[in-house]
Amino acid sequence: MASNDDVAILGVGMHPWGKWGRDFTEYGMVAARAALADAGVAWTDVGHVAGAETIRNGYPGFVAGSTFAQKLGWTGVPVSSSYAACASGAMALQTARANILAGFCDVALVIGADTTPKGFFAPVGGERRDDPDWQRFHLMGATNPVYFALAARRRMDLWGATSADFAAVKVKNARHGLANPNARYRKEVALDDVLTSPIVSDPLRLLDICATSDGAAAIVVASADFARRHVGSLDGVVRVRGVSTATPTYPQTFLELPDFATDSTAVVTPPELGFKASVVHHAYDQAGVGPDDIDLAEVYDLSTAMELDWYEHLGLCEVGGAEELLRSGATTIGGRVPVNASGGLASFGEAIPAQALAQVCELTWQLRGQATGRQVDGARVGVTANQGLFGHGSSVVVGV
Amino acid sequence: MSDDRSTHAGGSAPAIDGWFTVPEPNSGTGPQLIGSRCPDCGTYAFPPRDGACPNPHCDSDSLNRVPLSATGTLWSFAENHYAPPPPYPAADPFEPYALAAVELADEGMVILGKAAAGVRAADLAVGMHMELGLDVLYTDDDGVDRLVWVWAPSGSDAADGGNS
Repeated sequence: MASNDDVAILGVGMHPWGKWGRDFTEYGMVAARAALADAGVAWTDVGHVAGAETIRNGYPGFVAGSTFAQKLGWTGVPVSSSYAACASGAMALQTARANILAGFCDVALVIGADTTPKGFFAPVGGERRDDPDWQRFHLMGATNPVYFALAARRRMDLWGATSADFAAVKVKNARHGLANPNARYRKEVALDDVLTSPIVSDPLRLLDICATSDGAAAIVVASADFARRHVGSLDGVVRVRGVSTATPTYPQTFLELPDFATDSTAVVTPPELGFKASVVHHAYDQAGVGPDDIDLAEVYDLSTAMELDWYEHLGLCEVGGAEELLRSGATTIGGRVPVNASGGLASFGEAIPAQALAQVCELTWQLRGQATGRQVDGARVGVTANQGLFGHGSSVVVGV
Repeated sequence: MSDDRSTHAGGSAPAIDGWFTVPEPNSGTGPQLIGSRCPDCGTYAFPPRDGACPNPHCDSDSLNRVPLSATGTLWSFAENHYAPPPPYPAADPFEPYALAAVELADEGMVILGKAAAGVRAADLAVGMHMELGLDVLYTDDDGVDRLVWVWAPSGSDAADGGNS
């Protein structure tokens, strides 16, 4: 049922993920043009451009909203640029949504695009001894995969997860992504391929950890009124029903990238829901849905093990039950609640400012029944979940 | 913190100032991490910092420096099999090494660090009792051994041996 608090997703578009090292705006323009065409909206009718920032591409990346407004041709359109690390896309979507719901514009274009360096993400250059990011690399080599490994190890030691469970996530997602034209990797992966790939940060192996990619995603969102006028009716129009950009509640007790330490529980009792679960529940609450209403989910599988963590944060199973849920086939296409039908980061690699938007693009195609080769039958409500560094939550509930 | 590297026998100094104590050799005391503690509400923070208390229910704008517990239980661990990129001062040739995140009971916080030299992932399990030590992270251009805090299973050779 449509609510006046819903904003409509009129169009989505992506540039395929890959590794070419070209100007990120080239990818973003492809995605923007595709989203506008999908929406049937002229660029000159866009009332706000919300850019998700990339910090590795000089100033055009820092002012992403303005960069794309200029690329598309200055129209005087107001812009915003959002940075929330991996959650930047959700923050940009939220900014667009807020502008629409406030009545400041009818239609907004949200864009995220990136070009990424090879290998490990490293701190921005120079000896910046006061920068926590510099400190974690310098003092202990705490790369991003180290944090993924810490979380994975807890699954093993606390809940009995095995390397084969982690590998099974990769096998599933690789299969899901086979037919996705925007995926970077479209190749079956066998359990043994994962289990014999080199260890990067024990217990995680190379094929447990997502690559870094180039790519772009864009979304055209509009007010319910505009959408009704534009399309004729909201029937079958995918709508944004909730967007969570929650931060942690003190004390945050799970050691998260890029921190040296958790908060202290010495004098304040931790909240009932941990940070990642709270991120998702804020989105559920806005949308008025719960885990039982979810038909499919796109989650941030930075590592295979992290996808399992998300099952629990999403409430798809009890804490400690994710391996069982995976083994049951429930999260495979055809199962009760497919996760990462797009192929996930396992098939895409991560293009940071684009990724949270790519999740929403996928759900939109799924809810429209346009996800050829990976369609989740009868999907009506979907949820995305991811988390950026520095306490940036990101979860979007869409429905049709 | 003043630059006291020349006062340490053997030429050693912390790789980062003010985050941990470096006991004098043969002093009979072990190293401790230094955190911040709020004088009003009593909560802790690490790394040490000045300014506002992190507790949202407390308006204190000052924090005191305090030594933290030197023992705790292993919250999780990892082992790097590839050399991290700079600014990590990786040895050449690179040898895999473990990292450990240890939960301090009194402070109610988990603190990450390298595992002591020789402690590998295969030696560790979540829940183990751990203790703090110091290892040489690298030797700088002036020949000074730069020290960093490390975690080792309590009572292990790595915990007892110490490098400081």
